Amino acid sequence: MAVHKRSYRGYAGEITPLWSRFLIVMRYAFRNAFSSKLLTAYFVLCFIFPVACAVAIYLDHNLRFLAMFHETELFTVDGDFFLLFLGVQGGLAFVLTALIGPGLVSADLANNALPLYFCRPFSRLEYLLGKSAVLVWLLSLITWIPALVLFVIQASLAAPGWTRSNLWMARSISLGSAIEILLFCLLTLALSAWIKRKLAAGAALLGVFFAGSAFAQAINAVLGTRNGYLIDLGNLMVTVESHLFGQHPPTGLPAENAWLALLAICTFCLYLLERKVRAYEVVRG
Amino acid sequence: MPPVIELDGLGVRFGKRTILEGLQCSLSARTIGLLGPNGAGKSTLINTLLGFYRPSAGTARVLGHDIRSETKEIRSLIGYMPESDSFIAHMTAVSFTRMMAELSGLPSEAALERAHEALFYVGLGEARYRKLRTYSLGMKQLAKLAQAIAHGPKLLILDEPTNGLDPPARQRMIRLIREMRDSQELHILLCSHLLRDVEETCEEVLILKEGHQVHHSNLEEERKANRRFVELETLGDDDSFAEAVESLGCECAVTSARKMKMVVPESFAIRDLYRLAEERKVQIRRLNFRRDSLEEIFLKSMESTNGRS
Repeated sequence: MAVHKRSYRGYAGEITPLWSRFLIVMRYAFRNAFSSKLLTAYFVLCFIFPVACAVAIYLDHNLRFLAMFHETELFTVDGDFFLLFLGVQGGLAFVLTALIGPGLVSADLANNALPLYFCRPFSRLEYLLGKSAVLVWLLSLITWIPALVLFVIQASLAAPGWTRSNLWMARSISLGSAIEILLFCLLTLALSAWIKRKLAAGAALLGVFFAGSAFAQAINAVLGTRNGYLIDLGNLMVTVESHLFGQHPPTGLPAENAWLALLAICTFCLYLLERKVRAYEVVRG
Repeated sequence: MPPVIELDGLGVRFGKRTILEGLQCSLSARTIGLLGPNGAGKSTLINTLLGFYRPSAGTARVLGHDIRSETKEIRSLIGYMPESDSFIAHMTAVSFTRMMAELSGLPSEAALERAHEALFYVGLGEARYRKLRTYSLGMKQLAKLAQAIAHGPKLLILDEPTNGLDPPARQRMIRLIREMRDSQELHILLCSHLLRDVEETCEEVLILKEGHQVHHSNLEEERKANRRFVELETLGDDDSFAEAVESLGCECAVTSARKMKMVVPESFAIRDLYRLAEERKVQIRRLNFRRDSLEEIFLKSMESTNGRS
């Protein structure tokens, strides 16, 4: 029917499957995120370090290049290398989260759009899946995916047997990145759900990381303990990733404590989301 | 006509507060009015039908689907226009309406086509590429209506659709509701505290007060019955005068000191009233003679004991 025919009519056409509806939210969130040129530029910058690493690995196996420096290898691609890579990309991922995450839920909450989502055959879980899928996909593109690409490049250039003896690193890369992405997603969605203003939610996310770190240092200094790191999200991640790569964590915090602290934080974020992401808040008397 | 909404002892509690209690009726008209003063529980009833709140007692069925177990089925048949502002400020009206239609299950291209149609239909055709944050209140109301009808629902729930509208915008909204009703394509549940809105559009009415059902009737039948009312303001012995009036076949209620209302039979003549007043030495200070109206029904319902039917 042409748009100029102004009369009401029902719809009797095709209906999309229920499982695919969360992808709609993801698609619109993507479109909104990349409407910002700043974000697009930043996202491109996030690939500079992985490309540089790929070139470095290639050169590390290029005999003509090594001969110029009279060296047999420039650096070793091992657990330390991937830990450093994930550390750098993790920092970039955090900034990307701070740019995208705060606007994901707050924009819907600011103008009471949630009832419009949930009056449709669309659940709260699907809504959160759709919103977090944006972050999961973008953060994956700059963390574990390039890390695994580097792993594959190294495996293809290294001596036979390298892959078999270092396969555990691929597992550590995937698991470490997955935890980092999960933490970033849940934290930013929870803050976005509780703070209706995008800027304030972004500031709160930075505050949670940096103020948390400052408090942790203060607690450690005053009480002469290392348990202050339990509220320092950055150091918790470093501890967990070091544990995954078989390294001694620089924080000195037992890895089990760091795992438990991250689990508690993620659970708390889920609780916050459960409380806030609903069509209408119920005031019980 | 099969029932659109069946309330079966429906009750809703928030903690210790009872919001709705013992709602029991079957609503089947093309347009159903949900009336009641502020705080009567109208919006809570709608939110419960939509599955936002869980019933604490009883249940309800919407288009044959139980609200306790078939929420998704119900939501796929419903279009909902909430009372408060509900939009996404940074989106254009057409993107917003399209996204909502897609979430209701329409494929992307069909959703885009329907979004354009719906926006033209509600009168936002020329403004459809503007961001919603630039819209006036009346335009936002129309955008909410557009997203509620874009996917072609079987039941359209309108929660206070004329809120905040100026008279021309209100007339436009009422005209749209009537047009949709007359299209015979969908049922409409119109929730309002404005009697005129309901009277101008609805065929059946459910009146709530303090969470209880105080009246349920078919407005068409009420109109056909065409009962006549007389409102009186008197000075003198009201009680004996009321008794005498009832002997004429009138249903009489003393609403307050010196004021009474009566439903009068067809054979009733006003001069009989004056004759009785003269006999009882009662002065008639004011007399209002009127036909049955929703206002009468509403006022009577509000006066009913303890707010219960």
